[in-house]
Formats: sequence, C-alpha cells, structure tokens
Amino acid sequence: MEWGGIVGYGLFLLIYGGIYAISALGLNVQWGYTGLFNIGVGGFFLVGAYTSAIMTKGPDFSHLGGFGQPFVVGVLAGGVLAAVLALLIGIPTLRLRGDYLAIATIGIAETLRLIVTNEQWLTAGVWGIGGIPKPLFSTFGSAYNAFYAVLVLAVMGLVYFAIERGIRSPWGRVLKAIREDETVAQAVGKDIFRFKLQALVLGAFFMGVAGALFAHFVGYISPEAFEPMNATFLVWVMLIVGGSGNSKGAILGAFIVWVIWSGTEFVAAALPPTLGPRAHALRIILIGLLLMIMLLVRPQGVLGEERQVSKLLRPGDGSRQASAGG
Amino acid sequence: MAQLILYGLIYGGIISLGAIGLTLIARILRFSHFAHGDMMALGAYLALLFRVTFGFPMWVSAVAAVVLTAVAAVAIDRVFYKPLRRTGPTILLIASVGVALVLRHVIQFFWGAAPQVYQRGVERPWIIMGLRIRPVQAWILIMAVLLVAGVWLFLQKTKMGKAMRAMADNMDLAAVSGIDTERMIVWTWVLGAALAAAAGIMLGLDTQLRPAMGWLMLLPLFAAAILGGLGNPYGAIAGGMIIALAQELSTLVFNTAYKPAVSFVLMVLLLLLRPQGLFGGRA
Repeated sequence: MEWGGIVGYGLFLLIYGGIYAISALGLNVQWGYTGLFNIGVGGFFLVGAYTSAIMTKGPDFSHLGGFGQPFVVGVLAGGVLAAVLALLIGIPTLRLRGDYLAIATIGIAETLRLIVTNEQWLTAGVWGIGGIPKPLFSTFGSAYNAFYAVLVLAVMGLVYFAIERGIRSPWGRVLKAIREDETVAQAVGKDIFRFKLQALVLGAFFMGVAGALFAHFVGYISPEAFEPMNATFLVWVMLIVGGSGNSKGAILGAFIVWVIWSGTEFVAAALPPTLGPRAHALRIILIGLLLMIMLLVRPQGVLGEERQVSKLLRPGDGSRQASAGG
Repeated sequence: MAQLILYGLIYGGIISLGAIGLTLIARILRFSHFAHGDMMALGAYLALLFRVTFGFPMWVSAVAAVVLTAVAAVAIDRVFYKPLRRTGPTILLIASVGVALVLRHVIQFFWGAAPQVYQRGVERPWIIMGLRIRPVQAWILIMAVLLVAGVWLFLQKTKMGKAMRAMADNMDLAAVSGIDTERMIVWTWVLGAALAAAAGIMLGLDTQLRPAMGWLMLLPLFAAAILGGLGNPYGAIAGGMIIALAQELSTLVFNTAYKPAVSFVLMVLLLLLRPQGLFGGRA
C-alpha cells in the first residue's frame, strides 16, 4: 500500500473511531458508571442520523425535508431527539429490574428500524436519504477528510471533558453509588430514579450526536446502516474491550475494535470470492468471540476502572508513603 | 376475523413454546437470555440439515434437531455462561447478546442469508367451517398443544418438574431442601432449548427459514414472558397467546409491517400499568 492509502486509512480510522468513541462514551455514562442496560444504542444513533439529515437538507420530494438548517443545528437536534426518546423509554422502565430496560431498548431500536423502513414520507424508506450536506465541503475540497477527522476528534474531546467533569462531581459519585448498590444510594436519600433517568438521557444525547456526525460524513443513510450488529453490538464490544467505567477506556476500545473490525474486512477481501457472502458472517463471529474471550479473561477491559480516592488522601499520607516512594 | 384468530392461535403456540424456556431461564438462572430466539433459529436450521441435506423424514429431522439444540445449549452454558455466573446477571445478559449474534451468523455462514423451506410446492388448504388451514398448520397446532400439555404434566407431576418450579420460586429454599441446583440448571437448558428448537421448526414449517428469524422472535418472546409474569411458565403460555392474537388482529388496523412493534407496545403498556405481569409473579 502506498503512502496515500495509509494516510487515507488513518483518516478513516480517526473519523469512524472517533464517531464510535462518542457513542461508547455515551454508553459508558449509562452502563459503565450507572449500570444501565441499553442494548438499543443503534436506535439512538439512528434517530440522531435521520434527524440531522432531515433538518439540514434542502427540499427533497422523496422524504420529509426542506428545513435547510445549518450543520450545528442539525447535530444538536439529533442529540436532543435521541435524548427525548431516552426519556420516554426511561420513565416506564427505570423503576423496574435492569432487564426490563434492556428489553425495552431493544424494542425501541427495532421499532425505529421498522418506522424508517416503512414510513416513506418521512425517511424515503429502504431507498434511504442521500445528499446529506457535508459542512464546509467546498472550503476544504480534497483535504476534506482531514478536516472532518479534526472536527470529530474535537467533538469527542468536548464530550470526554464534559463527562469527566460530571463524573468527578457529587453527581457522578451518586451514579456510581447507584451502580454499586441501589439500596444504599436510596437509603442516603438520593432519588435514584431521577439520577438514572439523567444518565440514560445524557448518554442517549451523545449517541444521537454520534449518529448525526456519521450521517454528515457518509452523506447517505438507509435502514441497513443501523443493523443491531453495526450500531449496537460493536459499541458494546468497544466499551468492554477498553474498560467500562473509564472514559479513556471507552475511547481506546473504540479505536482498537474499529481497527480489528476494519482489519477483518481486509481478511475477508483476501478470501476466495466464493466465500464472499460468508465473509461478512465470519467477521461478526470473530467480533462475538472477541467479546466472549474478553468477558472470560479480562472482564474489566484493557484499562479497567480508575480508582478514585479522595483529594484529602495525598500520597504523602501515612502508610501509603512507603509504597508511593518505593 | 375468525381466520385471523386461527392464525393467532398457531403463532401463539409457537411463541408460547419459546417463552416457557425464556421464563424458566430468567427465573432459575436469573438472567434474560437474549440468545433464545437464535436458539429457535438454530433448531430450525438443524432440522433443515437433516431434512434437506440428508433426506430424512420430517419427524426424524425434527427430533434430531431438538436433541442437538439441547446439547448445543448445554455446551454453550458450560463454555460461556457458567464461568460468568459468579460475576452476576448483568454480564450474563450481555454475553447472551454476543451468543445470539454469533449463533445467527454461524447459521448465515453455513446456510447463507437467502430464505429456505423444508418442502417446496404449495399445499392446498383445507376449508373447515369456512376457515382456511393448511395441513402443516394443523400439525403445528396439534404439536404445540401436545408439547404444552407435556410441559404442564412434567412441571406438575414429575419430581424434576416440581424441583424446577421450586427453584423458580425460591432458589435458596430449593437449595437447602437438597435440590442439586447445578444439575437442575443443566435440565433447565435442556428443556428450554428443546422447546425453543421445536418452536423454531414449527415457525420454519409455517413460513420459511431465515437467519434473522430468531432475532425477530425475540421481542414477542420477551413480551409473552413478561406479560405472564417473568418466571411463571403457565403465564408465559397465556402471554404467548395474547401477544400472538394481538399481533394478528392489529393487521385489521395497522400496516402488517408493524406486527413486531405491537408486542413491544403491549409490553411497554404493561410495564407502566402492571409491572408484575398479568398473572401475579413478583417483579
């Protein structure tokens, strides 16, 4: 592969890895910190993508549109609509056992896929929405992917710092307390339902933003792009590989797994063409086995959760000194 | 209308058989088994292997597929679920999502993504009292009733069935009464997977086989199990019937494409109004 190819691949890695990292960061707020089971990541991602596409496009008779809003408005609207959806799903399920949320999120993701496939007036159905505007495309021209990589990484950084601030605040400590032991959190007077709802909604907002960024990069979306494998399962594998309960882990996992995922595509391409249609199935089997091995061998992920110790306990204190100095 | 109710009963039998296993696993192993739909698909495709590839008669193929699916379920439990059982039900849940995707794509790898059937050709439907029913559908209905009755007798009359219900009811109490819980877990898998395979084969007989057939059954299965009060096998049967009838009757009002969404909406409504399920059980 010549240099151009390597640079091109690197940019794709940064863009897709970054988009998936934003989703994984959102899932980390829900699952990693609060212990909420969202298996409908793809549903929130889909809402973000379709919302932003419809909001930003000019008139198009094949689906709802003609709002012509700027990119930033589209992306934010995508995030907000995903968050509203999370609110609606969270209210009936978050007071119940964790499994119910899991089932409900799968249900909403599948229902949304049915809606975008069947409601042609809204989403053009299986034909999908094309010609989604690429922000500042004419300004950057041939260097466009480099610009978009910077944009995605900037958003990822913003999301990362926002989450880190939140998690290190009293609010974040309540989330972790809920994950560790709901009853205790309740006993000290925390309204656990509200905190869970906030975590679910915040995570969904980031997933919606990620979906919008995806739509504006590829320029064309159809229901096929939101199969549960691509949009949900991969994000889960990323978070578990990187280390749930750790924002750096979510980002690291997203890039590692995307490299593996795209690497298996090269392997699949090298297979004899008779195996062609089977290669896709094989790729997914490999990712599934990766998750299994990870859960069995290193369930805390590559990085694991960071220990957070009170600021008042400095390394110089008491018996810790010996080990810290040595 | 009466025709839709008949189709609802056939489909309800299929859902019920799947939901019984799901609800027992949920109660005894304490996790929601997201690979249950794909276990149905595995059973259906194993029957296809014996029926079409090896040319055995349908009933032999079905029995072989049911046995092999049960073996596969126990093997998956030993390799994947058992080591994770200590870490808690949440990890098991995500592991089962992984198993579901792997199973579905193993099926796609060996059999391809195109729809397949056990038998080609069109069957002329019987007309009984103005209702159309294909012979194969009559078979499905009879088999579903027999299997459900068999499960009922097993849970009600045999020692093992009683032990299983005791475990579903109260795990600790069952353990101190001297029930070998690890052995019962194996038998729970055998029963659950065998019923799932039977349901998958019936679904394949009624329509066609597709790798995604199991995944698409997941929502109706869970809706039925939750409707019946998670953990209650008799509730799961009733839940399966209600869900299936609701899905069939919904086609009078809504686009057929939204059938799967009906079970989801029913489930959410139920969770809002009566989270413990229609038939008692404890949430």
